[in-house]
Amino acid sequence: MGSLTLRQFRSPLLEPIDLHLQAGECQTISGPSGSGKTRLLRALADLDPVQGEVLLNDQERSTFSAPQWRSKVGLLLAESGWWLERVGDHFKQPEIELFERLELPAEAINWEVNRLSSGERQRLSLIRLLSNQPQVLLLDEATSNLDQANTTKVEALITDWRKQHQVAVLWVSHDPQQRQRVSDRNWLIESGRLREEA
Amino acid sequence: MNLILLSPLDLTLAAVLVVALALISLRLSLGIESKLLIAAVRTVIQLSLLGLVLKFLFVQSHPLLIGGLALFMLLVAGYEVMARQQRRFSGIWGFGVGTLSMFISSFSVTILALTVIIQAQPWYSVQYLIPLLGMLLGNTMSGIAIALDNLTQNAWQRRQQIEAQLILGHSWDQAIREIRRNALRSGLIPIINAMAAAGIVSLPGMMTGQILAGTPPMEATKYQILIMLLIAAGTGFGATAAVWIGAKRLFDDRERLRLDRLCKERA
Repeated sequence: MGSLTLRQFRSPLLEPIDLHLQAGECQTISGPSGSGKTRLLRALADLDPVQGEVLLNDQERSTFSAPQWRSKVGLLLAESGWWLERVGDHFKQPEIELFERLELPAEAINWEVNRLSSGERQRLSLIRLLSNQPQVLLLDEATSNLDQANTTKVEALITDWRKQHQVAVLWVSHDPQQRQRVSDRNWLIESGRLREEA
Repeated sequence: MNLILLSPLDLTLAAVLVVALALISLRLSLGIESKLLIAAVRTVIQLSLLGLVLKFLFVQSHPLLIGGLALFMLLVAGYEVMARQQRRFSGIWGFGVGTLSMFISSFSVTILALTVIIQAQPWYSVQYLIPLLGMLLGNTMSGIAIALDNLTQNAWQRRQQIEAQLILGHSWDQAIREIRRNALRSGLIPIINAMAAAGIVSLPGMMTGQILAGTPPMEATKYQILIMLLIAAGTGFGATAAVWIGAKRLFDDRERLRLDRLCKERA
């Protein structure tokens, strides 16, 4: 369970942001490419240095060590990184039910990373992230490599997971229909500012 | 056994061979004749200067003067390490990482060899210190340059894999471990190969020199063995230090991968 609070958070290209996501809440962000969406998520995951405060369950980021923070505030990038040969080498404890929900066979754990399709990579990297039990999810175009059927499954999984584990989700998505489906609160980046989408 | 002295004419004959090579290069339009001649002239000038400096120091063996020459050699080696990096660290670190590592390894190994093993009197005597330090610096320099280059290149190319590990809550140390290990390995392979081939494929330079100067072969051999072992140790310690400091510098206090601390790749 986790809430996320931003106070005067200064991400590159954007004006200082104040934002609050309650535990179990999903908000989305969209905006033209190059407007700083991915950089915002990277900064929130503490991958790039920026000014401003960000809190998890009302606790400031500086009270966590960097690895602690990143395992609690889980970031899913559009392009996932894999550093070992087999899929399973990248998991501490794989949640096998998640494989079933995204229609991947359990033996996918033994697959070679080099032979994965981009869609498989994207789904497996989501499973890898959720298996880590994060308290907040930062999603960057989580379905960009997926067909409609798989997109629906991923959206359903994230929504169920969010409600069941009371995880706050900040979701960057370029698809207006997806934004409507997964969230009630949508932000649009316009000339460096967050504006609530009608 | 007397040393046969070389006359200027002897050196001129050797130089004629290089000029002949330059003519061939010109004829075949290889385009390296000017580089070749400049490098040859540099060799003549630099070595002559070194000879003059050493001749002076043999007479005036003041510790400060010897220390000054040693420091100068270190700085030049540090510059060489920096110049061989495709993506070096920006700012003072570009020069500092390699120079500090060479200082730690070459100087301590040289001093150890002079005081404990060779026991020269005094330990800083020019005849032993400068050649020993020169060989150590020259070899650790290559090892460190290769290892550091390997480290920064791989960190750059594999940033996605490093950050994927950070994102999942791994420490910086875990995330760079494999790359660091490979970098160190690459820096050590040349000296391991050199030791394995010594005496069979290659006749090492120092031993050749001592034999030419009239040293009995077994004495020259012992010195060569000593030097090879010292070089291996010095290169290993130096490359370890450089890769360790370099890997640490790639991350900041919040364990973020900071590739902005590297300069842009040179053409």
